[in-house]
Amino acid sequence: MLLSPTLLVLGLVVLFPIISALRESLFTSGTKLDENGFIVKGSTFVGLDNYLDIFKGDTGDRFWNAFYNTTFFTVVCVVLETVLGVAMALIMHKAFKGRGIVRASILVPWAIPTVVSALLWKWIFQADGIANQLIGTQVLWSTEGWQSKMSVIIADTWKTAPFIGLLVLAGLQTIPAEVYEAAKVDGASVWKTFTRITLPLVKPALLVAVLFRILDTLRIFDLPFVLVGPHKDSVETLSMLAYDEAFNTRYGPAAAYATVLFIYVAVVAYAFVKILGADVIGEARARKPGGGGGGKRWRKKNAAKGSTDTSVGAVAVGGGGR
Amino acid sequence: MRFERSHTRKAAFLAVASSLALLATACGGDDGSSGSGGSSSANALEGRGPITLASGKDTSGNLQNQLNAWNAAHPTEKVELKELPDDADAQRQQMVQNAQNQSDAYSVLVMDVVWTSEFAANQWITQIPEDKVPDLGKLVPATVETAKYRDKLYGVPITSDGGLLYYRKDLLTAAGITDPPKTWDELLADCQKVAATPGGKGMNCYAGQFEKYEGLTVNFSEAINSAGGSIVDKDGKPDVDTPEALAGAQELQNGFKTGAIPKAAITYKEEESRRAFQDGKLLFLRNWPYVYSLANKTDGSSKVAGKFAVAPLPGKSGPGVSSLGGHDYAISSFAKNKATAVDFINFMASEAQQKDNLTKTSLAPTWASLYDDPALAKQFPYLPQLKASIASAQPRPRVVKYGDVTAAIQQTAYDILSKPATDPKTALADLQTKLQSLITQ
Repeated sequence: MLLSPTLLVLGLVVLFPIISALRESLFTSGTKLDENGFIVKGSTFVGLDNYLDIFKGDTGDRFWNAFYNTTFFTVVCVVLETVLGVAMALIMHKAFKGRGIVRASILVPWAIPTVVSALLWKWIFQADGIANQLIGTQVLWSTEGWQSKMSVIIADTWKTAPFIGLLVLAGLQTIPAEVYEAAKVDGASVWKTFTRITLPLVKPALLVAVLFRILDTLRIFDLPFVLVGPHKDSVETLSMLAYDEAFNTRYGPAAAYATVLFIYVAVVAYAFVKILGADVIGEARARKPGGGGGGKRWRKKNAAKGSTDTSVGAVAVGGGGR
Repeated sequence: MRFERSHTRKAAFLAVASSLALLATACGGDDGSSGSGGSSSANALEGRGPITLASGKDTSGNLQNQLNAWNAAHPTEKVELKELPDDADAQRQQMVQNAQNQSDAYSVLVMDVVWTSEFAANQWITQIPEDKVPDLGKLVPATVETAKYRDKLYGVPITSDGGLLYYRKDLLTAAGITDPPKTWDELLADCQKVAATPGGKGMNCYAGQFEKYEGLTVNFSEAINSAGGSIVDKDGKPDVDTPEALAGAQELQNGFKTGAIPKAAITYKEEESRRAFQDGKLLFLRNWPYVYSLANKTDGSSKVAGKFAVAPLPGKSGPGVSSLGGHDYAISSFAKNKATAVDFINFMASEAQQKDNLTKTSLAPTWASLYDDPALAKQFPYLPQLKASIASAQPRPRVVKYGDVTAAIQQTAYDILSKPATDPKTALADLQTKLQSLITQ
């Protein structure tokens, strides 16, 4: 009974915008002037031209540059955030005096809106800002080059590593203390305990956190836009291209850019989930011959690690997906 | 297996949902403009009754006072203020969206001077017959030009703005220089003289606004116009591949190369450059009139209060050419009560209102006579220089695709200034080609 209103709402808020954007991307308007200097009204159907234009000539260079930047930010930021986030979670999980304050302060960056933190970092990174005073030389962070990429990575990592920390902390708290006690009795080193017990057991929660971050970073817009500025080749991302086209009232090409990005995000998410899924039902898959290539490789790696993680994985991922 | 599939779906759904926000931005502007022309009816300035004024945030607080004065005199034709965001890009976006929905929510639009062509070409704003604006001839001519598209009037300039050269009078005097520099070469020579004096130690010579944003288009245009070149000629054709334009671009590039312009200036917008000047790090600064009162503050925020003066921008062989700023009032094509709107615009454009606005907010007026008023000149000592700046100012390119044109100019200018290896001649030739494809449609 509840299903049909739910589907209706989903159709309205999910399906309709997607279809309308897809439709929009097949049209173009407002490109020709009549003899009085007025823009000829109405939109014309151009088929896939908006998509083809993305890959042609100057626009093509701009697209591939943005595509590279988007991917680069995603890979570098997510890796850094994962490492730092796990470290933060381990610190937050430890029982010590003042744990509440440490937990709260680690989470502060995540609570600040991106635009605000971008402005904050812009101020830190300006020519006579704190960052330059600390390192003692004048690096012009917002100009084209590696330094502007780095400023985005620093600001993004600062803001979102706590998010991974938070989710991993939740995962850590589901690990029963007996497991660690048993490891201690067996004389396992700290590193061994971490790689053999902690990491496999929090992996499900960690993977969800990483997936969220990947999806988020692929759409990164406000941070480079505010921190470094629009039209800067070093940090221009796919979202910024779509915005730029829409800002100049070319909604057809803007929708085409957005659709390309949408497909890219969907493919990355699907690939990630495919790997994740193979892990979740690892045992069921093992009996079935000829699983996916990615799944096979993943399973092989896991085989060495021991097999306790699978069942916990299913439960935790279900919880994390929420 | 079943579990896996549902899980995959869930995650795929997540991906879809998270991309949605982005798609929503893209499809926000529907093809609402597909309705048939209707330009003839839009041109009739008829109907009386309440109207609205869509303006950026009124930071001075005086706008509402002016509206109250109008409302008291016209109880049946009241004006309601619709405040838009502070940021010019966001204002433009809201006005564009409003026009594409053919909404009558905004009657009178407060538009940046560079938007006129785009809004007029899209027929988002109504043509105003020149005889409906009686005082047009008394306004500074350069400001009136900003409100025209293809020689037809689409708005009335209410405020103006021009660039000024702020200079450290105390340091120039100490170096034995009596007059501010009129040319770029004189400016550089003055810098060397001042550097030799004890007060000039550690000073940077000159800065403007060179971050990659609209301010760069303004500063780059000024350099080119001041050297006798132009970006777009009188007939609206790109004309940037000329020796004069090259000279202007080279002046700025050499400024960065020789250190006359500090490296950090490539990150300056208005405020950063103002701070550098106020901290006593700059000998010369190109900026707008608003800096004058802030840099003269004696509350400790400025180290140069009382030590500086203003002059027209320097040029190649005489005073330079400023880029024109300011705001025009235009009437939305989809507005009701356009007759009231015209009257209201005339009210706001009147000498009395502009004088009131100048004294209370220090916004530059468009009435020529106000610049010669001795009482006002006492309150605002920069008015004579500002008048000269605005009178000879050039508008930025008046083109339909202004957003793309200014982005192309910024790209070229930024390359020339930030990469010393860039050959300005090839860069300008490339810009010429790019502008040709953007301007001829």
